[in-house]
Amino acid sequence: SVSPGDTSVLAGLYGPAEAKVSKELPDRAALEVLLRPKVGLPGVLERSREQLLRQTCEAVVLGVLHPRTAISLVLQVLSDAGSLLSCCLNAACMALLDAGLPLTALFCGVTCALQPDGTILLDPTARQEQDARAILTFAIASSERKVLMATTKGSCSVEEMQQCLAAAQRAANIIFQFYRDSVRRRYSKS
Amino acid sequence: LSICSRTVEPLEYYRRFLKENCRPDGRELGEFRTTTVNIGKCLCSITTADGSALVKLGNTTVICGVKAELAAPAVDSANKGYIVPNVELPSLCAERFRSGPPGEEAQAASQFIADVIENSQMIVKEDLCIASGKLAWVLYCDIICLDYDGNLLDASVFALLAALKNVQLPLVTINEESGLSEVNLKQKNPLIIRKHPVATSFAIFDDTLLIVDPTAEEEDLATGTVTIVTDEEGRLCSVHKPGGSPLTGAKLQDCITRAITRHKEVKKLIDKVIKSITPK
Repeated sequence: SVSPGDTSVLAGLYGPAEAKVSKELPDRAALEVLLRPKVGLPGVLERSREQLLRQTCEAVVLGVLHPRTAISLVLQVLSDAGSLLSCCLNAACMALLDAGLPLTALFCGVTCALQPDGTILLDPTARQEQDARAILTFAIASSERKVLMATTKGSCSVEEMQQCLAAAQRAANIIFQFYRDSVRRRYSKS
Repeated sequence: LSICSRTVEPLEYYRRFLKENCRPDGRELGEFRTTTVNIGKCLCSITTADGSALVKLGNTTVICGVKAELAAPAVDSANKGYIVPNVELPSLCAERFRSGPPGEEAQAASQFIADVIENSQMIVKEDLCIASGKLAWVLYCDIICLDYDGNLLDASVFALLAALKNVQLPLVTINEESGLSEVNLKQKNPLIIRKHPVATSFAIFDDTLLIVDPTAEEEDLATGTVTIVTDEEGRLCSVHKPGGSPLTGAKLQDCITRAITRHKEVKKLIDKVIKSITPK
């Protein structure tokens, strides 16, 4: 479970387990992501977010080591106070880490909000997201801080996008340090 | 022998072409397929829609029909109308799509189109309002793929833009005494389209190579996709990179530059077609 501020997402990972014959892939693991909103049934927005998360995870998980299996990632939104997608990304990555799946790189989610006056705000609250001119969410990989996933809401200029990307890449260092600390704490008790 | 290697080892077959900086269908890596667009009741076959367009991007065929209906605006936004896009991938367009409820690809595409409309502000919802709190237009935009050969998002955005440019809304007034709406079908006004977003999709091969306008075969072999939507001022309306191989900021910048060039080509095409169908 990951909660920056008040946004909270619970992630559960199941797998690699036996896959249904209709879903199994002959050479790699079949990854499935289910995103459940806090209220209501999953709709089109959840579907598109599931697709983003699934393809981001597929890029880092070494599926070829577990052919004909299914890996299911279930994310439940416990509370939403802004930056939900990046919270889901962080929860997904920590779940993959905790499950011990073979990964090529770690990733973290960072949300940038572009204020109407041009300042960049990282990890905006719901209020800040509403006031912002544009919201950009990036998934940054741990290897060379490359962009794994990018999605934008609202329009911005090309320079502003590059600035947000640079800020997100710098912020990624802090999040990866947090991952390291959490994993160290988890395994130091035993 | 080459046909055998294409089915047995498609990736190796493609790599041989990519090494020479070209693709099996003869295109360069940065070249788009032939784009044709048919707008309106005469050229496009939908006579019951208020606006329609048919776009062909190589073999990918997408048709968009816009129907305008009247409804009461929502309570919390009394001066806004609605735009409801819906992308359908029926089972006739490709064998991978089964009939039944919309699959993930169709739903994700619908969400993407809704985001593009919202982000680019191509239609401001306040323009769709007729009487604040009482009556507003609802635009149902149905985008149906008739033939799927890759690059669905580019074709859908283009079809939507062309269809919306074709929409003529009748003048609606509210009678003061009776409170009923009167629709004047004789007087029609075109929609106010403020921005013209154009999408450009790229496929990432082997974590390094970027090719523009992928076909269905190339999409299956690619390790990732990127879609950039720009408007005429060179502003980014959407950067859509759903996972896939990681990209550096510089590579992303290359994509954006190519997208801006593509925007100019598409804008010229649309203007030419609109001019040819406008009655003098």
